[in-house]
Amino acid sequence: MNAKRKKLIYNSVTFGLVILTYVLCSVFYKDMSRALRGQLIPICCWIVMAVSLNLVVGISGELSLGHAGFMSIGAFTGIILSGWMQKGFLIEDETLRLVLAIVGGGLLAGIFGFLIGIPVLRLRGDYLAIVTLAFGEIIRNVLNCVYISVEEGGGLHFGFIQPNLPGTLLLNGPNGAVSVAKISTFLCGFILVMLALIVVLNLMNSRTGRAIMATRDNRIAAESVGINVTKYKMTAFVTAAALAGMAGALFGLNYSTLIPGKFKFDQSINVLVFVVMGGIGNTLGSVISATVLTILPEMLRDFADYRMLLYAVLLILMMLLTNTPVTRAFFGNIRGMLTRRGPQEHVEANRGTGKGGGAK
Amino acid sequence: MIFLSNLVNGLSLGSIYAIIALGYTMVYGIAKMLNFAHGDVIMVGAYIAFCALQYWGMPPILALLAAMGLCTVLGITIEGLAYRPLRQATSLAVLITAIGMSYLLQNLAQLIWGANPKSFPPVMIQLPTLSLFGDRLKISGVTIVTILANIVIMILLTAFISRTKMGKAMRCVSEDRGAAELMGINVNRTISFTFAVGSALAAVAGILLCSAYPILMPTTGSMPGIKAFTAAVFGGIGSIPGAMIGGILLGVIEILGKAYISTELGDAIVFAVLIIVLLFRPTGLLGKPIREKV
Repeated sequence: MNAKRKKLIYNSVTFGLVILTYVLCSVFYKDMSRALRGQLIPICCWIVMAVSLNLVVGISGELSLGHAGFMSIGAFTGIILSGWMQKGFLIEDETLRLVLAIVGGGLLAGIFGFLIGIPVLRLRGDYLAIVTLAFGEIIRNVLNCVYISVEEGGGLHFGFIQPNLPGTLLLNGPNGAVSVAKISTFLCGFILVMLALIVVLNLMNSRTGRAIMATRDNRIAAESVGINVTKYKMTAFVTAAALAGMAGALFGLNYSTLIPGKFKFDQSINVLVFVVMGGIGNTLGSVISATVLTILPEMLRDFADYRMLLYAVLLILMMLLTNTPVTRAFFGNIRGMLTRRGPQEHVEANRGTGKGGGAK
Repeated sequence: MIFLSNLVNGLSLGSIYAIIALGYTMVYGIAKMLNFAHGDVIMVGAYIAFCALQYWGMPPILALLAAMGLCTVLGITIEGLAYRPLRQATSLAVLITAIGMSYLLQNLAQLIWGANPKSFPPVMIQLPTLSLFGDRLKISGVTIVTILANIVIMILLTAFISRTKMGKAMRCVSEDRGAAELMGINVNRTISFTFAVGSALAAVAGILLCSAYPILMPTTGSMPGIKAFTAAVFGGIGSIPGAMIGGILLGVIEILGKAYISTELGDAIVFAVLIIVLLFRPTGLLGKPIREKV
């Protein structure tokens, strides 16, 4: 089986699975429990978040700990755009508002991704991780101080730290957005997931994607064959930020209230857990783990206290199992036996693909 | 006078950051990894001291020793179980493990001690408040002890690193791990020892932190931990005087920023400082430039 065919099968399986799940969910929508029905849109959001973070962590090999920051930019942009259109211009068409909100959220998050990427992508490894974390916290901190209101006729008022604004408040500092019109739909979530998959999978199989992976595997070698490292890393970072912003807009318009405190550092880690559990660099894995890990906590409500504990243990075990020489050789042997190849050969092949190796 | 009192508060907070930053900077310098769980060791130390004082009825000095001792054991255990198997792994894998460890500690603490904040008893440091300039400038006992503790720790640690055999081994491992191993230095033991020292310091920092800000929660350590890492980067990671300067500067910037710019934006100011420093001096104030070899 050559590499091209393998990729084709992988992509078809990914798209096929998502479409099949959507069709099944639509057919059995009436039979689902209320709790599960309420989870459908958040699941779509988290899938897009995981797929986009996977683009940064897995494909581009940089650990970003501020992904929730981009989501919050998208969420609040979406809420403000939707509220502005509804209350300022009296547009009642929900689909139009939703689409414009998602596009706007994605655009603004992408712009912020670019601005943040300029300083961040000059750094490497641990420094890059800590600075993305810092930016995530700064975004949340600043959003806590922003007040925006709308007047009839479309006039917007902005306030920083001062809450006294005329008109209807859309964004109320630390209290966030209240009485948001819930206009997100499952269909839109599905389309967004498909869009994210098309963008990421096509990017991975393109010239740009190969350049991004080359910079991940060996920055110096990639640079010496003329690959513009910053440009390609920026492409991955901005794409991921824009997708996260779109997911955020969909997420924000699914709830009637939303506070900036919802997008804490914990949320970034949550998404990172999805990516790591699905296998770093594996898009289909991200989709599956985001789905399963969003549904599971709802079904295991009695174990809510143990959820994060379990995540932490899984995170550590996953890293220990996939990264120590002994366990790697062990898994290589098993896989070698299954595929009837020489075990040693497979270990080498494994090391060659280097699952999402970070900067050394 | 208000400025002076803010400055003293900044020095005190900065001293706490400096002690935490020492743990980060030593581990980063020697094991070349960002120990994300360090901030949570602080929290565990504070909880142990809290239990020792509140439930076991220990005198303060014993509570301090108990916290330091148990945190040392915890630090060595964490290193041995989670980080040692990953010596050859990519930095991405190590960092994710460290984040997992941080969450593990937080959630274990939440299971053991509950999520509700506990108020840390003020008996740990009983020193009268110092009044200067005819009562216009008041410096609390905690502040004085914190600043003094910072100075003492810094002197002891510098002496330890520069004068003892273990200190020499630590410097060697940090310089070149492979060469150190060839010279007969037990690298694993040296790294374990570094974690032990860092964790004992974390316990001290936890007690000082909770004496100054007496609210104890499972997440108490994470924000100071991240800020102390910022301080370590600010001063130049791997450098002990750098950690001290970085910590104190960051504490002063945070308190003055909160007082004169905006209370809500205090954290944002601290992180903005980190980003600016990394942009213009990627190796920090006292750090050595690292050359990349092909």
